[in-house]
Amino acid sequence: MDASIALVAIAPFVAALLAPLVHRVAKPFAGWVLALVPGGIFLFLLMLIEKVVSGGAISVRIGWVPAYDLDLSFLVDGLSLTFALTISGIGTLIVLYSGAYLKGHPHLGRFLGFLLAFMGAMLGLVLADSMLALFMFWELTSVTSFLLIGFDHTRQAARRGAIQALVITNIGGMALLIGAILVHWLTGHWEMSALGDEVRNSGLYGLVLTAFIAAAFTKSAQVPLHFWLPNAMEAPTPVSAFLHSATMVQGGVYLLARTTPWLGGTEAWTLILVCFGGATLLWGGLGALRQTDLKQMLAQTTLASLGLSVLLIGLGTEAAIAAMVLYFVAHAFYKAGLFMVVGAVDHEAGTRDITILGGLADRMPLTFIGAALASLAMIGLPLTLGYFAKEEMYLGLLSGQWRDIAVLVVLLAGNGLLAGVAMLVLVRPFLGPVLPTPKLAHEAPIAMLAGPLVLGAASIVAAVSTDWLGRTLLEPGAGAILGKAVTSHLTLAINPASPIFWLSIATWALGYLVYRQAATLRTLLRRFEAGLGWTADTVFDAVMFGLIRFSGALTRLLHHGRLEIYLVTVFAGLALALIVPLVALNGYDVLLPTAELGNWAAKLSWPQLQPYEWGVIALALVGLGAVLMANNRLVAILALGIQGTSVALIFLLFGAPDLAFTQFMVEVLSVVILALVMTRLRLDERDQRPFEDLARDGTLALVCGVGVSLLLMVVLSGVLDTRLSDLFTATSVPIAHGHNIVNVILVDYRGFDTLGEISVVMAAGIAIMALLRSRAKPAVPKPKPAPRRRRKAAA
Amino acid sequence: MNTIIFRTIAPLIVAIMLIFSVYVCLRGHNEPGGGFIGGLIAASSIAILGMANGAAETRRALRIDPLAIAGFGVFIAGFSGLLSLFTGSPFMTSIWLYLELGQTTVPLSTPMVFDIGVYFVVFGTIAAVALALEGDGEEER
Repeated sequence: MDASIALVAIAPFVAALLAPLVHRVAKPFAGWVLALVPGGIFLFLLMLIEKVVSGGAISVRIGWVPAYDLDLSFLVDGLSLTFALTISGIGTLIVLYSGAYLKGHPHLGRFLGFLLAFMGAMLGLVLADSMLALFMFWELTSVTSFLLIGFDHTRQAARRGAIQALVITNIGGMALLIGAILVHWLTGHWEMSALGDEVRNSGLYGLVLTAFIAAAFTKSAQVPLHFWLPNAMEAPTPVSAFLHSATMVQGGVYLLARTTPWLGGTEAWTLILVCFGGATLLWGGLGALRQTDLKQMLAQTTLASLGLSVLLIGLGTEAAIAAMVLYFVAHAFYKAGLFMVVGAVDHEAGTRDITILGGLADRMPLTFIGAALASLAMIGLPLTLGYFAKEEMYLGLLSGQWRDIAVLVVLLAGNGLLAGVAMLVLVRPFLGPVLPTPKLAHEAPIAMLAGPLVLGAASIVAAVSTDWLGRTLLEPGAGAILGKAVTSHLTLAINPASPIFWLSIATWALGYLVYRQAATLRTLLRRFEAGLGWTADTVFDAVMFGLIRFSGALTRLLHHGRLEIYLVTVFAGLALALIVPLVALNGYDVLLPTAELGNWAAKLSWPQLQPYEWGVIALALVGLGAVLMANNRLVAILALGIQGTSVALIFLLFGAPDLAFTQFMVEVLSVVILALVMTRLRLDERDQRPFEDLARDGTLALVCGVGVSLLLMVVLSGVLDTRLSDLFTATSVPIAHGHNIVNVILVDYRGFDTLGEISVVMAAGIAIMALLRSRAKPAVPKPKPAPRRRRKAAA
Repeated sequence: MNTIIFRTIAPLIVAIMLIFSVYVCLRGHNEPGGGFIGGLIAASSIAILGMANGAAETRRALRIDPLAIAGFGVFIAGFSGLLSLFTGSPFMTSIWLYLELGQTTVPLSTPMVFDIGVYFVVFGTIAAVALALEGDGEEER
């Protein structure tokens, strides 16, 4: 039982991997075979209903990363079961439908694979209890939907739509991850079911709320992040049917519903959700009227429906949540059905434009029945699920307060617009005079009709059996969101004395008005849009191009190919890293308090040095002067050698013979190699720099030098921790059998480091050789009678 | 730089430096020295030879490509660490072996092998770079 719930989320991925193979073997029946997987999942989830209804959520934990105490936990309660059943049920029909819709398409196997993987991601998303698992599946839905939207990848519009959806939803994904980590940090839990009031009471509530709302709004395409959803219409129709009904975009709605118990219910929550949800509802409804393409119209109504769901969650009353649960199922049923019908019309008649379609009902009677069932539910007529959803929405808003009245007006307008669009979708293509179509329309195959008919019939059966509906869907679903028992009061009886009845009538009347005036409204809206001049879509493009231009400029600034500027950048960075913490951030005082220095001027004294030590210092100063005065590069390099040698002498005098030895050798070799490099680079013999460059380089050198000196002084003024040196001194001979501690450390105590270092030395050597050879080789190899023997010797 | 005095005396200097580098490398465990310094001394001697005789001549005298020597060094350094696995100890645990040769005791150990590996890496890499800088130009021209 436990593992099988995890299997629900994993089985579709396995099926996805097998899909191309299945397609190759069972060519015309691939859709039917693969539909068995979601079908099986659906049946399995049905068996869980009894247990969930009788008041038990099923919780499963599987060790995920035990080292970090991280579990892959799943939770099946009323809410997640409602979503999972809808996803797998509609998914079964969609897989069937895709098999017929893309029949004969060479990449049908791949398509079905993407679709099944997407379904698996969505199932995992709604079943996950751990926020990290939720995030993982959330991102998987983004990635798989990217593949689906861009399936027709030879068209630029499809690629753009896919990238846009990915960019927008991934921004939300990042927000979700931040929110999850914040919640974990605040409460110590990854599991959402374990959360109580801690988040709401914490000081970071605003930040957590912002993160989760950003995630939900990007996924559910709320205004002003709505523009990717209509562009996602570039996907094949079965994808749109799935994406817009039960999955992907509903992910955001699900997230808000899921987080309601521990994040929702506050003033900010209600205000944000109601405002944005209402704006999206109206924007989507008006947007649908602007279009004549059936698919675009449906896409815009999806926006409206998502806005409606968000608004209802924001209200958060018992009636509103019950309405949201009912509306989610009702919407999933009718939207999937309508998309499938539109796909069938497009497939059989060759166009989706409502202005040139008409009278298809005679030629495609079954398709018409499917369209009618779905549209009636969308209008919200009695005996459909949509009716109950609408009634419940109005029920909670009859208090008479001004805020409720405002929301009620928005809801009425939105529902009226949706009803009008539903009438347009039903009447224009199917009724009226027969218009000629690009293809001679005829009935679609059974696999494409099964979806709309089954969903339409299910919507009516569910609506008629009100008791069952209330007990198995409304009570557990709303109960899971509200965190308390909910009692259903759904009934078929129509009560003319109730104001809700008259609100329904008003909705239908408004819908009819919209339907009658559709052409006028479309002209008006299009004129308005043209007058506006820009859309969120163009803003997205501008932002993306700006990003590309900005990164180009940044690259040109930091990566322009002149060694001189690289060096300046590196040393300026070094100077900042040294000086800023010491001086600007008060680091000098922290490390060496000024108070302890006391009267520092009195403490100054002439250093007590031996004459030969003075001599070495004088030598170093002579070297320094020679470097600065040198009028020739070779002399400057040699003078630098004098500097290094005097430093080596200082090491020698102060008891570090090993270091001095190495310093001598390094000094000699670096002078030799620098001189060789110089002859190879064929630089000018003299260093000719304009005064500005000299000043810049000199200042940088001075600042870096002062920074290093300050740092060293501060470090030396601290107490030296000699624990390690003492340990090495004490154990060098007994353990490592060596008197030279430096060497013992290098080859024994820290031998592993040395092994890494010598490997790096060799790798650097190989890199230098490669650079030198690439320089020596001419770009175009010239045929040259080279003496063979010498070549060989070189190799 | 290519004077007759320098060219005459260079092989002598190089021979002395090479022997000295081996001495410095081997005494490193108890006195100042070690593989790193020894390798640097040896590499300097090769650089001197390269200046005196030309890079191609020096390569021919070396017989083995300097980078191959460096690779060999990394190999034996890693190999010396692997030996301890056969005694059941962790990687790079030192193993000591004292050979009695008449009056003297010669200590042999895996750190010594490791240090010789370091010697070869430093010697090979620096010599390769120096020779490439000295030689390739004239060779290609």
